[in-house]
Amino acid sequence: MNRLKTALTGTTVLTLAAGAAMAEGELNALVWCDHTDPGLIEPFEQAFGVKVNLREYEGTGAALALLEQSRPGDWDVLVIDGIDVFRAVDAGLLAPLPDEALPTDDFFPQVVMAENNSVDGVTYAVTEKFGYNTISYNADKVDPADMQNLSAVWSEKYDGRISIYDYYLPVMGLAAIANGIDTAGIDGASLAAIGSTLGEMRARAASVAGVVAAQTALATGEVDIVVGGGEWLTAVLAEEQPELTWTIPQEGAVRWAQSIGVLESSENKDMAVEFVKYITSPEGQARLATSSCFWGMPANAKAGEFLTDAQKNTLRWDEQPDYLARTQLYPAPDTDLDIEMQDLWLDTLQQ
Amino acid sequence: MSTGHQRLKGPGFVTPALIWTFAFFVVPFLVMGTMSLATLEGRTLVWGLSLANYAELTEKAYLWRAIMVSLEITLTVTVVSVILAYPLAWIIAYRIPPRWQRLALLLAILPFWTSYVVRSYAWLLVLAREGVVNQTLISMGLISEPITLANTRFATVTGFVHFFVMLLTLTIYANLVQLSPNYRRAAMDLGASAFQTFRHVVLPLTLPGIVTGAFLTFVLCIGDYVTPQILGGNTELTVPQVIMVQLGRRADFPLASALAIVLMAIVTLVYILSARWLRLDRL
Repeated sequence: MNRLKTALTGTTVLTLAAGAAMAEGELNALVWCDHTDPGLIEPFEQAFGVKVNLREYEGTGAALALLEQSRPGDWDVLVIDGIDVFRAVDAGLLAPLPDEALPTDDFFPQVVMAENNSVDGVTYAVTEKFGYNTISYNADKVDPADMQNLSAVWSEKYDGRISIYDYYLPVMGLAAIANGIDTAGIDGASLAAIGSTLGEMRARAASVAGVVAAQTALATGEVDIVVGGGEWLTAVLAEEQPELTWTIPQEGAVRWAQSIGVLESSENKDMAVEFVKYITSPEGQARLATSSCFWGMPANAKAGEFLTDAQKNTLRWDEQPDYLARTQLYPAPDTDLDIEMQDLWLDTLQQ
Repeated sequence: MSTGHQRLKGPGFVTPALIWTFAFFVVPFLVMGTMSLATLEGRTLVWGLSLANYAELTEKAYLWRAIMVSLEITLTVTVVSVILAYPLAWIIAYRIPPRWQRLALLLAILPFWTSYVVRSYAWLLVLAREGVVNQTLISMGLISEPITLANTRFATVTGFVHFFVMLLTLTIYANLVQLSPNYRRAAMDLGASAFQTFRHVVLPLTLPGIVTGAFLTFVLCIGDYVTPQILGGNTELTVPQVIMVQLGRRADFPLASALAIVLMAIVTLVYILSARWLRLDRL
């Protein structure tokens, strides 16, 4: 482990040395909580002599509203849901990224997601991390075989022992998959079937919980299953409670991905690009994957060289080819469908 | 000269308060009101004078349901908190020796010192299936299986009541200690029983304290997001929770503003109904 740390630090210093001569300053990044781990940010700050100011947000809408109300130059870097990159591009918020600076050739091919990160052939963002919205469960309390079948997960057998992740897109994606509907094929006509499955889930669920509440519920035994959970939910608990695990059922599951880009209004674009390069480098990816906030698979497959066997085991590194083949990116509805889906979700919660 | 000087004193004292109110209440309220009349077309905000967002209250059942849920929870919390706070305030005011009253009040407000979020999560653990309450009931033989307490309306109400009983105790206590003991003595001298004294003398005279505390409880409770989000488990949604959903992904500020205006209208209505007894100056 120590040798790995030394190698990681040494490689980081060498990799970042080229840019170290850059001017000192500050970089302002609007991020998800996994970027706030000092273990991820400090090596970059030290190498470039720059202070990275981080602000967390939840929900693309909140982030875009914040950016639109900020002064030009307030923000340099944006981490955004992979399916929402086009919204930031439409709003003119993201700057083109230099393709040659991005190590996408080393990425797991399924998560390069050029169709999401590029518009009209111009790259505006790059995938940095991904994972699954699937089934997390307590292996001591439920039959793991049942977790291989989505309809068994929310069957009467587990009545009151389920929590549903509180985000409508991945959960409705799972409901679609349970009905044999591709997440990319969800439309107004398929919402009836999805709504019916959501209703079944809701009837069996003890709660509909956000990240912390779902982790708490699973860890305290309040529930035994989290529908929509995954490695991001259980990995940080794995050391103390190895019985908390996750799986991808036979029908498949939903895949999430987050992207990172540089803001068009940034006055520190060169440094911002360096930050993106660091985050997508194998070393940065290994740190991001095992961030203290939540774990997830690094987009860059070479990050595996900087992860321990135990970390890779928790992330199910060796199963990724199978998981990537059996999962679908979660729904990316257009505005009208998004409103319909959100209304259906809220209607279901209020039943 | 001195009359003119004095004439200027009034506006001089009032102006800072007026500026403050204008900047931090009137302007935001006008912005929110204007925003509630705008619409979100696709992802574009279109300014106008549309009532479409208000019309959605009748078109979308979950919005109306959220208002009902908010009202039901808030009224329950207010009534339960008053019922629990009054005896507590009474005991502190009349049964505890004056030299211990300050300590008693300190103990009553002690839970205020912890973070609101931490306190809510603590309740979640207390009410969990493996939590203190269930384990105690099982060990006493009162139940054989854990019962569902967390992630329910009961949990939300419990978390709220824990917080607001303290607030109400303070407002009612402040009213009770201002009440001259001669009123009670006179009533007793005239042959009233202890209950009659309370019913016809003390209770009416302490009504302003009760209503003031109840109004504050209502206002704070109906607009709260944290407690129902953590303790309610999203098994039903209140208006603030629905507002957050509108903002989170779609950034539907017009609909969120309309919902906020509805909340404000409800609070205003409650204020009008209780204005007769309100004594906010006694806080």
